[in-house]
Amino acid sequence: MSKPNRPTMWEAMQNKGYSRRDFLQYCSAAAAAIGVGSSGLSDVIHAMETKARPPVVWLHFQECTCCSESFIRSSHPIVADVVLDYLSLDYSETLQAASGHQAEKCLWDTVNNYPGEYILLVEGSIPSKGDGAYCMIGGRSALSILEEAAAGAMAVIAWGSCASNGCVQSANPNPTGATSIDKLIDNPVIKVPGCPPIADVMTGVVTHVLLYGGPPELDNQGRPKEFYSRRVHDTCYRRPYYDAGLFVDSWDDENARKGYCLYKMGCRGPVTYNACSVTRWNEGTSYPIQSGHGCIGCSEEGFWDNGPFYQHLASFPGFGIESTADTIGTVLGIGTVAGVAAHAVTTNIRKRKLMKETMDESVQGARVKRDK
Amino acid sequence: MDHEQVGRYRRIYVWEWPVRMYHWINAIAVILLIGTGYMIGNPQNTFYAAEAYQMYFFGTIRFVHFVCAFIFFFNFLVRIYWGFVGNRFSRWTNFITFRKAQWKEMWDILRVDIAQADPRMHHKIGHNSLAALVYFLSFLMFAFQSITGFAMYAANTTAMLPRMFTFIKPIMGGDFGVRQWHHAGMWFFILFTIVHVYLVFYHDYVEGRGTTSSMIGGWKFERKDILE
Ligand code: HEM
Ligand code: HEM
Ligand code: SF4
Ligand code: SF4
Repeated sequence: MSKPNRPTMWEAMQNKGYSRRDFLQYCSAAAAAIGVGSSGLSDVIHAMETKARPPVVWLHFQECTCCSESFIRSSHPIVADVVLDYLSLDYSETLQAASGHQAEKCLWDTVNNYPGEYILLVEGSIPSKGDGAYCMIGGRSALSILEEAAAGAMAVIAWGSCASNGCVQSANPNPTGATSIDKLIDNPVIKVPGCPPIADVMTGVVTHVLLYGGPPELDNQGRPKEFYSRRVHDTCYRRPYYDAGLFVDSWDDENARKGYCLYKMGCRGPVTYNACSVTRWNEGTSYPIQSGHGCIGCSEEGFWDNGPFYQHLASFPGFGIESTADTIGTVLGIGTVAGVAAHAVTTNIRKRKLMKETMDESVQGARVKRDK
Repeated sequence: MDHEQVGRYRRIYVWEWPVRMYHWINAIAVILLIGTGYMIGNPQNTFYAAEAYQMYFFGTIRFVHFVCAFIFFFNFLVRIYWGFVGNRFSRWTNFITFRKAQWKEMWDILRVDIAQADPRMHHKIGHNSLAALVYFLSFLMFAFQSITGFAMYAANTTAMLPRMFTFIKPIMGGDFGVRQWHHAGMWFFILFTIVHVYLVFYHDYVEGRGTTSSMIGGWKFERKDILE
């Protein structure tokens, strides 16, 4: 089978009609996106000039395509444009032109022609129940496609919470046995969770892999530290209200109008690692909290099961949706105090004889010996 | 009769000063941790500040929680250390209650505490074995609360100690799960404190051998005739 010679990214851009100036602009935007300072810029440019652009395969399994939708709304137009172009998306059900057998051929051609060279992007989780019947593409189960495509991948990126943690379809009771991809393949997986992940985070991560041929620095859950090491809460512009103790009590109160902290409305910012409050969404326009809605923790594992979203504590399993650990604790606490009080009363009744005996035993009218 | 009574009880030095220090530091820290922890989980609005820059109320509550948390943790380590070098009443072996005699004693204590049987049967001088078992379980809860607490705290700092506990996050399903468990853990401490303080007073009352003050001055009293 023919193996076309891949141009470098610079060459690819020239073919698209970009100027050297556009190219340099792009390089600095990409460098900023992956967090290398201006001192590292020349490395980035050098890499773009010399490295052949790697082929990319984008697989879709159990998902809603919001990750793809997010990706194509990347804020630096030039990054979005060029990344999409130079990424040379060889296979992506949403974005490719080909369809049917042609599309399948594109996929397996890339996998077979460039072993160890292509980047695999996976959106969506994999159903593990019913022999994979819940997600079949071109007559094959999601798992078998993933396994074959991952075997020769240079790097595997899990797009969004579905591929990273299972997201909504793995929520209790998880009827299809939806599983995150890192549990199913041996490759190291770069997780980019979020429902969807932020476009600029996605381009940042993929740019890093393209440039350095390997994953960025990851945390212990496999997420790039660059974007997931801080909580939404740590960089939230409402944080001063939190520290002051000024909270919104209901969605339409005076405090909500003033823009106080949404902590009491169940904001998950303090337990969610994501870049929303720094990078923001839709070309840096806003992010959920800025629009007046608390964070729901979409980039955290199992966030669908931590509801209700508008309550600080999750409901306690088995005790109805409104009852939290505090409801149960209060009942137990009152029960304990009542039990203790009842015990104290019965002690004085049942132990009357005993207390009398001890009193009698006590030295009557004892005195301290005086000094001579 | 009077002369027989004199000297019928012996004083025994049970709790050395590190145990007593540990106990009261721990009690105060735990009560403050419960109070501030509850406020962190169920915050009230500060009612007189109009703008954030005027106040640091919630920040202070959290600060108190964290200061107490560090004191609580290191104090706990001191107690563990003392379990290896302290006297026989404070040795760690007291808290491992697998021997048959200990189970027998637990049964007796349950009869005294719940069925309210005659308390003048023979008990250990230090912790009775039921108390020891409960303290052992509560030490596990101390560890649990420290692990979950420090795991959350790690997000606020680059210090090494808290980061040693972040291993728990993936196990509990991220920070949310950790916070949820940490919050639920608070209720153990509340229930423990109620029952513990009551039982101390109860044993003091029905046994009359200075249980409460033993944690203050260190001394307990025991009848001479049952001492070896
Ligand atoms: C007896 C011991 C303790 C009790 C009863 C206790 C209780 C609590 C409670 C009820 C909360 C509120 C959780 C929520 O937001 O719903 C909390 C938060 C917290 N506790 Fe503790 N805690 C204890 C010990 C510790 C320790 C040893 C640490 C270690 C550093 C710690 C660190 C934290 C942190 C970091 C938070 C989160 C505060 C925030 O949201 O910013 N706690 N604690
Ligand atoms: C003001 C209330 C309290 C009083 C009067 C009190 C009194 C006592 C006494 C007399 C003992 C020794 C009992 C025995 O001989 O077995 C004891 C042991 C103990 N208490 Fe308390 N206590 C109080 C509060 C607390 C609190 C809030 C805690 C923390 C959760 C606590 C934790 C413990 C522990 C862990 C021991 C075992 C000591 C050891 O061997 O390390 N106490 N307490
Ligand atoms: S990961 Fe969540 S977010 Fe992305 S496509 Fe799936 S449902 Fe949508
Ligand atoms: S709105 Fe949410 S993220 Fe922002 S400070 Fe309040 S709790 Fe934290």
